[in-house]
Amino acid sequence: MCLGIPGRIVSIDDAENRLATVDVGGVRRQINIACIVDAEHPPEACVGDWVLVHVGFAMSRIDEAQAAETLRILAELGEAESEIEAMRMTAAS
Amino acid sequence: MKYVDEFRDREKAEALIREINTVVAGIDLARHRPINIMEVCGGHTHSIFRYGLEGMLPKEIELIHGPGCPVCVLPMGRVDDCVAIAERPEVIFTTFGDAMRVPGSKKSLMQAKAAGADVRMVYSPMDALALARKNPGREVVFFALGFETTMPSTALTVLQAEAEGVRNFSLFCNHITIVPTIKAILDSPDLQLDGFLGPGHVSMVTGTAPYQFIARHYRRPLVVAGFEPLDILQSIWMVLKQIRDGRAEVENQYARIVSDAGNAAALAAVGRVYELREFFEWRGLGSIDHSGVRLRAAYAHFDAEKRFAIPNVTIADPSSCQCGEVLKGVIKPWQCKMFGGACNPETPLGALMVSSEGACAAHYQYGGVQRRMGVA
Ligand code: SF4
Repeated sequence: MCLGIPGRIVSIDDAENRLATVDVGGVRRQINIACIVDAEHPPEACVGDWVLVHVGFAMSRIDEAQAAETLRILAELGEAESEIEAMRMTAAS
Repeated sequence: MKYVDEFRDREKAEALIREINTVVAGIDLARHRPINIMEVCGGHTHSIFRYGLEGMLPKEIELIHGPGCPVCVLPMGRVDDCVAIAERPEVIFTTFGDAMRVPGSKKSLMQAKAAGADVRMVYSPMDALALARKNPGREVVFFALGFETTMPSTALTVLQAEAEGVRNFSLFCNHITIVPTIKAILDSPDLQLDGFLGPGHVSMVTGTAPYQFIARHYRRPLVVAGFEPLDILQSIWMVLKQIRDGRAEVENQYARIVSDAGNAAALAAVGRVYELREFFEWRGLGSIDHSGVRLRAAYAHFDAEKRFAIPNVTIADPSSCQCGEVLKGVIKPWQCKMFGGACNPETPLGALMVSSEGACAAHYQYGGVQRRMGVA
């Protein structure tokens, strides 16, 4: 829960409530993007962004190369799988 | 240096180790006693053990594994409170998976679930709110746990529940904050710390300003560090250079994620929903002033502590456990008499053996036991 995992925002579901769909290693689920939007970067501008996702909330924007490197490290640490599994568990609910 | 083979950037790692050796050779203090550097965050502890970083560093450097794993410092009494709430028939108790196995004085949440309590693992506090919407006849309680990294997520979930008028949702708030705890450790006479690796993702939210007192008042260097092995080596090198040069500053190695100002939207949500508690109890460390937060009065109707009668008793850690001494870095995990015997990841006695970010579990998992027994 503390390390987070990188994902890519694929669509905005509800701009007013700051809800978007993110793709994390092929698993899609809804996340909250309130912490990465502001006047200069409104929700509509977030599609395609790579973000670091902590417990269902995008906490930071990152670049693509960095996202790939972070995923590689998390996989080595054995964290990526459990994180994606936890996401998958509740993705459908 | 067998672990270095695993690095993609082997040359960089080796170059950093050479640099570290050079800097250490220029530090007078290192001739008299080890240089003690505390990594505050459990994510760092995990990386350090996973990549065997301690074994690569010169022997003059001692890494002290700090209290920055929220699962590891959760006191038994709070686990008992969780179980008491979870056992109420109207309650659906939701939690991150990490907390399921932390021992309480009688049972863990996992054991409570096996005995019939409706305990459900969720990935996000938003999932708990969704459960509340779906089950209007039940009380859905979310076990809010973690440092500033996860605080914004629960704060925003409460704000969302308020906006929607969801009334059968509440938080059992156990969020903690690391800065008062670093201060308590610096004030404790047990240990001489020479520098810190600052937590990466807590700082992503808070920014670097909260650490300034460590540099200014305590005159200790702190470098906010990323989680990759090279990040950690580079950060150690930066701390050592400060020690060599007689500087005490807050530096940021993890600038690709952490800005000095932190995350304004996240901090605003946290400030709206939470206020500091007078004190909070930490497993192994005891009560620390202003080290936890609770819901503000305006959100009291989302506060599980107000909605349900909870036992709220302080339970002393079992006397055989030495978790507190490990947390403060006074002893190494394997020096605890219970380590690897009565206390192991299958049947943890202390919380440091539960989470993979706990020093004892990390040490157990990545060769600590074999190394000590001469197997590897
Ligand atoms: S070995 Fe177990 S009891 Fe001893 S310090 Fe570690 S977690 Fe605590």
